[in-house]
Amino acid sequence: MTVMHGTSERRAGARRARVLMKGNEAIAEAAIQAGCDAYFGYPITPQAELLEWMARRMPELGRTFVQAESELAAINMALGAGATGARVMVSSSSPGISLMAEGMSYMAGSEIPVVLVNVMRGGPGLGSIQPSQSDYFQAVKGHGHGDYRTPVLAPASISEAVDLVAHAFELAERYRTPVFILADGTLGQAMEPVELRFRTPERRANDWALTGADGRPPRVVKSLDLLPENLERHNLALQAKFQEIARREVRWAGQQLEDAEFAIVAYGTAARVARTAVARGRSRGIKVGLFRPITLWPFPERELARLAARLRGILVVELSAGQMVEDVRLAVEGRCPVAFHGRMGGMIPTPDEVVEVLRSFQARVGRRARRKALLPLPAESKVEPPSGNGHGAVDRAGWAPVEPVEPSEPVLAGGHRRRLREVAR
Amino acid sequence: MERSVIFAGFGGQGLLFAGQALARGALEDGLEVFWIPSYGPEMRGGTASCTVIVGDEPIGSPVVDRFDAAVAMNLPSLEKYGPRVASGGLLIVNASLVEETARRPDIDELHIACTELAGEAGDDKLVSVVALGALVGRLDWVTADAMEAALREIVGKKRSAALAADLAAFEVGLAVGRGERLEVAAASR
Repeated sequence: MTVMHGTSERRAGARRARVLMKGNEAIAEAAIQAGCDAYFGYPITPQAELLEWMARRMPELGRTFVQAESELAAINMALGAGATGARVMVSSSSPGISLMAEGMSYMAGSEIPVVLVNVMRGGPGLGSIQPSQSDYFQAVKGHGHGDYRTPVLAPASISEAVDLVAHAFELAERYRTPVFILADGTLGQAMEPVELRFRTPERRANDWALTGADGRPPRVVKSLDLLPENLERHNLALQAKFQEIARREVRWAGQQLEDAEFAIVAYGTAARVARTAVARGRSRGIKVGLFRPITLWPFPERELARLAARLRGILVVELSAGQMVEDVRLAVEGRCPVAFHGRMGGMIPTPDEVVEVLRSFQARVGRRARRKALLPLPAESKVEPPSGNGHGAVDRAGWAPVEPVEPSEPVLAGGHRRRLREVAR
Repeated sequence: MERSVIFAGFGGQGLLFAGQALARGALEDGLEVFWIPSYGPEMRGGTASCTVIVGDEPIGSPVVDRFDAAVAMNLPSLEKYGPRVASGGLLIVNASLVEETARRPDIDELHIACTELAGEAGDDKLVSVVALGALVGRLDWVTADAMEAALREIVGKKRSAALAADLAAFEVGLAVGRGERLEVAAASR
């Protein structure tokens, strides 16, 4: 074969230990490497390869893989396995997640740690199989009934998805809660280089799990409590837990925000489009940066509020009719104008399209806003320090995840906060 | 600097494979790369495509406004993606199936008889590998060394005969892309 000389030397030494992996497969393998004991699922596009990977790999390792008869069965199998303290994952795509909603409420109520992956597709209903972000409300505001919150992690690259899978298991077990990974069809179907730096979170002592009552008093894991006094106490304890998560577990990443007059707020695949749009907007003279929430709940509201105080405007870009934009507006509280651009049904805006929207937004606010004084920039969060098993953390252009930021103030009314303190005592 | 190419044609022509090989080649060269297929109810004879974005930095947007290069293996693909090639970009057209041109004097348009050339290399089914070779020969995105290593990695594990055919088809395409086989390629019609 003819060999082209010259160019290969130019790139010699540039090789790293990376493999090309599909997002769905990388998420599955990351879960396996994170010590996932049991996986339950039911096939659905565009997450099918995740289940297929698990179907092949889990039995090889002597672990549990079940293709359930339905999503309803899968989520309840996960509930049962999770109640024993096993490390459990469930995955599906939008319509399948809807079917699982009841189980999620039960898991939140009975505090069972399970990692759930939603590789979102267009809706409502059966919708399409193309990428979408129209399940933000579902993931962030509550899939099932009752007063509960679920941490939601939104990777923007396959490498980041790998990191966040391990982190999701940590969060699930630290707080005894279901944790969502919210991806979309693009991330699931695409291939990107993945550095093999999987992580296995340490196992915690499960002093609550149903492991057999031999030699100890029996334990009960349930969400039912018919006495209102008891159920209120349980709810207050849950709310205290959610507040702690909100204080400690916020993650976000920024790009070119230091001198920005405008920011695009976007997560996941939309944030990738925004990242290119930011570069193009800059080259066309718009001082724009990117604010990318990595945790959709807890939402980085305090950080965004501080940023908004310095900005002339915020443009929210989503693959939806506008869902996260509501949380952006709640966080910004009128500190600057907030505009929205979204595409639906499996359509993805192109970078030029976003730059065009940004330009007209700029013209609109330019007529009435003056430049605000530069206030201090909120501190970006960073990746958790690498754990002892030799897997380092990524920190590459724009996609750097994150460390917990300073505690935010709880946002509850006084009386409620007092009751929480009483419960904590 | 990001560069994008779309491989488009009929399902069964090997377009997703060609895109994966390019992505793997970019990985061999230490570059960043993003590969995304059109997915859905595709089948043999239906339409199929994949986009590959190559760059020095982690890839941003998975969708592109204009492609730096397009490989159109059938007429619908030429009609759909020919107009979306960036000015100064490259359009490779499978002349074995397509007689039409994009009528774009502002781009480098290369018409290649992929079926005949693949047959000459030993297997006339490897049309997309010929086109891939031409793309790599025409543009300096990924080295030929890296592409050879990528093909060995992807194909070689399973079938050595198939690997020899793929390497031969790639080499023929490479020569065409580099302008060493002008008799089969009519550039910039």
